[in-house]
Amino acid sequence: MTPQLVLELPNDVRAIARAVDFVVSRCQAVDSDPRKVRLNLRVGLTEALSNAMLYGNGRDPAKRVRVEIGWDGECVILRVSDEGRGFDPTRVPDPTAATNLWKVGGRGLFLMRQLMDEVHFNDAGNSVTMVLRCRQCPANGPGVDA
Amino acid sequence: MGFEVEKVGDVTVVDVRGQLIVGNRQELKQRVLHELDDGARKFVISFENTGYIDSSGLGVLVSLSKKVREHGGDLRLAGLNEDLRTLFELTKLDTLFEIADSRDEALRGF
Repeated sequence: MTPQLVLELPNDVRAIARAVDFVVSRCQAVDSDPRKVRLNLRVGLTEALSNAMLYGNGRDPAKRVRVEIGWDGECVILRVSDEGRGFDPTRVPDPTAATNLWKVGGRGLFLMRQLMDEVHFNDAGNSVTMVLRCRQCPANGPGVDA
Repeated sequence: MGFEVEKVGDVTVVDVRGQLIVGNRQELKQRVLHELDDGARKFVISFENTGYIDSSGLGVLVSLSKKVREHGGDLRLAGLNEDLRTLFELTKLDTLFEIADSRDEALRGF
């Protein structure tokens, strides 16, 4: 991906809302489905940033989070990278299992996978790439109707 | 962005204004726990003025619901817009909470 937009964020959760609002406003013009950008993209990016700041960078204010955004006529691609040691995304339990429903955490990655069309981690587990396909794309993903 | 707390009879109504996210979830938690310590047992969390809830916000609602139940109380949700309702349905949290269409409907249900 050649990013058209790059954000370097401080490792501060108070920066998330403003950064997400900015990206969503830029992507509204890319995708003709307002709800997909308003909900799916917002959730995917918010959760990826939260995970990067809280767990990846371990709340360390000296670290930073990098966001790269690229788009074409078919999709928006977001990459969120932290400076942590990474994690194994296959070991995150299903928060909708009956035994996990009352747990306080563990829903962020689940929501990313539910609402983005593709979610890929690098081998180290400290960079996630998400794809949101536009409505008119022939390989249209499930979006919020999945 | 903030929280407005109002007493309607013996029900404590918390109006979530703007967003309930990782950056302000602790404030909601402290406001509700303070009311719980003061003896409140019936709560309505109203989202009629809320644009977005992230997974941390969902988590704090689960945590507060557990706390209120441990004290013999009841915490209900109200006024979720279509996007917010989708998040509750995807995570199956709609099965844990009593969710009213509006704040007034939630109050009538107590």
